[in-house]
Amino acid sequence: MNEQQTLWDFMRQQSDKLLEQTIQHIGLTFISLFIAVLIGLPLGIFITRKKQLSGPVLGIAGILQTIPSIALLGFMIPVLGIGAKPAIAALLLYALLPIIRNTFTGINGVDAAVKESATAMGMSKWQVLFKVELPLAMPVIFAGVRTATVITVGVATLASYIAAGGLGEFIFGGISLNNTNMILAGAIPAALLAILFDFLLSRLQKLNLKKLKTAAKILPLLLISLSSFYWLPSAYGSKLKAGFTPEFMGRQDGNLGLQNKYGLKISTVVISDAVMYKAAYEKQLDVISGYSTDGRLKAYGLVVLKDDKNIFPPYYAAPVVRENSLKKFAGLEKILNLLAGKINDSTMTALNYKTDYLHESPEKVAKDFLVSKNLWKPAGNGNAGTVRIGSKIFGEQYILANMYSMLIKGYTDYSVSTKTGLGGTKICFDALTNDQIDFYPEYTGTGLLTILQPSSKTVDSLIRSRDATYNYVQKGFQTKYNIKWLKPIGFNNSYALMMRKKQANDLHIKTISDLKRYLESK
Amino acid sequence: MIKVENLSKHFGKIKAVDAISFEVNARETLVLLGTSGCGKTTTLKMINRLIEPSGGKIFIDEKNIFEQKPEILRRGIGYVLQNNGLFPHYTVAENIAIVPQLLKWDKKHIEKRVAELLEKLHLSTDYLTAYPNELSGGQQQRVGLARALVADPSVLLMDEPFGALDNVTRSKIHQEFKALDELKRKTIIMVTHDVQEAFELGDRICLMDKGKIVQDGTPAELLFKPHNDFVRGFLQEQRLQLEFKAIKLHDLWAWLPAPQPPKRGAEITDDTSFWNGLEQFKFSASETLNINHGENSEVRSASFEQLMSAFYQYKKQQAHE
Repeated sequence: MNEQQTLWDFMRQQSDKLLEQTIQHIGLTFISLFIAVLIGLPLGIFITRKKQLSGPVLGIAGILQTIPSIALLGFMIPVLGIGAKPAIAALLLYALLPIIRNTFTGINGVDAAVKESATAMGMSKWQVLFKVELPLAMPVIFAGVRTATVITVGVATLASYIAAGGLGEFIFGGISLNNTNMILAGAIPAALLAILFDFLLSRLQKLNLKKLKTAAKILPLLLISLSSFYWLPSAYGSKLKAGFTPEFMGRQDGNLGLQNKYGLKISTVVISDAVMYKAAYEKQLDVISGYSTDGRLKAYGLVVLKDDKNIFPPYYAAPVVRENSLKKFAGLEKILNLLAGKINDSTMTALNYKTDYLHESPEKVAKDFLVSKNLWKPAGNGNAGTVRIGSKIFGEQYILANMYSMLIKGYTDYSVSTKTGLGGTKICFDALTNDQIDFYPEYTGTGLLTILQPSSKTVDSLIRSRDATYNYVQKGFQTKYNIKWLKPIGFNNSYALMMRKKQANDLHIKTISDLKRYLESK
Repeated sequence: MIKVENLSKHFGKIKAVDAISFEVNARETLVLLGTSGCGKTTTLKMINRLIEPSGGKIFIDEKNIFEQKPEILRRGIGYVLQNNGLFPHYTVAENIAIVPQLLKWDKKHIEKRVAELLEKLHLSTDYLTAYPNELSGGQQQRVGLARALVADPSVLLMDEPFGALDNVTRSKIHQEFKALDELKRKTIIMVTHDVQEAFELGDRICLMDKGKIVQDGTPAELLFKPHNDFVRGFLQEQRLQLEFKAIKLHDLWAWLPAPQPPKRGAEITDDTSFWNGLEQFKFSASETLNINHGENSEVRSASFEQLMSAFYQYKKQQAHE
């Protein structure tokens, strides 16, 4: 009951944002759908006339359908930039297959005798198409549009990865921030939209054949009017454009802190960190919220702005381990601590650079590093039980997970299973508390602000000190979750604002306060 | 009048129709008869250009049909299909009105003509707003026929029009078909594989095999003067019944009893088939049949036995020829 109450509260508090995102979501869905119908319907008709093309066309549409959504969005960025355009392009590609295939199937399914009699009575090809084939194929075509609608509503949540808005902002922000209400505030309306549109279209479909003629005329109008709901996320109007991750947007030590402590006002879009750096490099964005050890910093010629008011808390990485696992796997703690203090900021950035930019495998990077530090040993026989390592989805975590895996295999007889790519903090941490993994590398700042979430007064008192933060999260995790923080690895992967080096130099921006002054100057 | 010259259709190496020629006189019903794959349907569909021929010429009323736009040509030719091909999303009225709509008749004219046809085809006007799937097979076929006749085309093409009907319904529709005055004005080409139907409805029959016409003639000619064993073999089954249907009463005129004072009995004309003549005894329960000669108003009366005897004498003579 309490949970529902707070969800309701959250939705009420954020009702402006919720409405905006819902409208963006509807708009995105229907612009894409409208264009998909514009392309898919004629294409479907065309391949009923040129049957030898039906194989290739349906094949290509099928392949498009199998490309993972986030990858497809990624492919779009170099061509269409970020924001609405690539999102719409990607969504419409997903919507194409059901529309083309159902148009093709529907028209092919029209009784040959009916088509023949239509021709034999002296109807032209177009008359046969519009008076006979399309009306009779309409139920099947409609079913295709319905499928496409539901797919599009679902995939449109991913549009928030590339700054196109929509309900995905809440969903992915909520996942990053370990905020269930936020996730639900995005997920429930998205699910409702899918159900609602499917229901409405099914009603339209159930109208009898006679009324279908009218329905076929209403459909495009409906699509157009719903499409007009969408407007480009209003991201224009200040000198520089910022792109922040959903996680950064909702955090005290993120955008909220920038607004409160610095009074920074910059037009902002929400974007996935998977594409954010590239977007900055390609001048789609000027200021981004990155991680200070990210290899792409080096790869894309970006520079970190100094946090002169200390709003970003320390994010020292250390393995967090279940106490039970430490008991179960004797000697594990000692092995994991082999890395303690071995990797500083610049080392980590260099390692990340190797994976992110030079595209070396995390495995190779991890091994090369361990060999250079004389820590690497060949694997043991691995028959004394399996240690489960988790990691979040980004390069640094992959590297660390690989290092730990090699150390465990080299120094013990345990075998290792790695569960890399566990979404954001929430997914990783839930996996840990639910005994799905034994440990994963976590950051002190994340432990403090995302998981423990103490009062802002406590946060303020801790946030400037590395040791105070570490001690606080260690104690908190121990008592609350029976999870142990091992010794820090050494580097501090804190949040940071970054800009292109050249632009920062040209504008003489070195600190966040400089940035604020620049934005406020006329 | 329809004239077909050297008409061919090749599908790859297969000669579906191989240089055939025939003529259909105005107001004549020609039946293209043959087994599946003999090329009869392909021939029919070339006449309204549903299939474009590989070679040859077709003239309708002296006009080369390949010099006309296919759509315009087709609007002037009625077409009836086996599976009726009615539009499932159109009502009966709309289905019948398709060609007039294409020809842009005014609404009143269309309504009047549709009502007129429904009456002629014994369909209640209640069906006007019904959809085809609400009708029985026989009713659907009647609507299909009405649709083909609505613009009063001079030519009617029928592709196994009664093939999908059960025997009872079919013979009923055959009767109606023969009685329909609209059809008497039309030049009709009908495709069928049913020999009985061909003999019942056809003025002339083209028997086809492997893309060629084996014999072109009246039903009686095919029966009594077959060109070859194929024709003989094709008509072998139910031969007696075919003969009954092929022979008209005026063929028997010479062997009928000499004129006598008229007796009480059923009146029929001499172009009635022998089969239908015999049926009169069954239906009217009368002892004698009064047969009117179509040209000289002579009347002959015959009993069942006398009619049968005339038939055997006629056959004997045919065998001697």
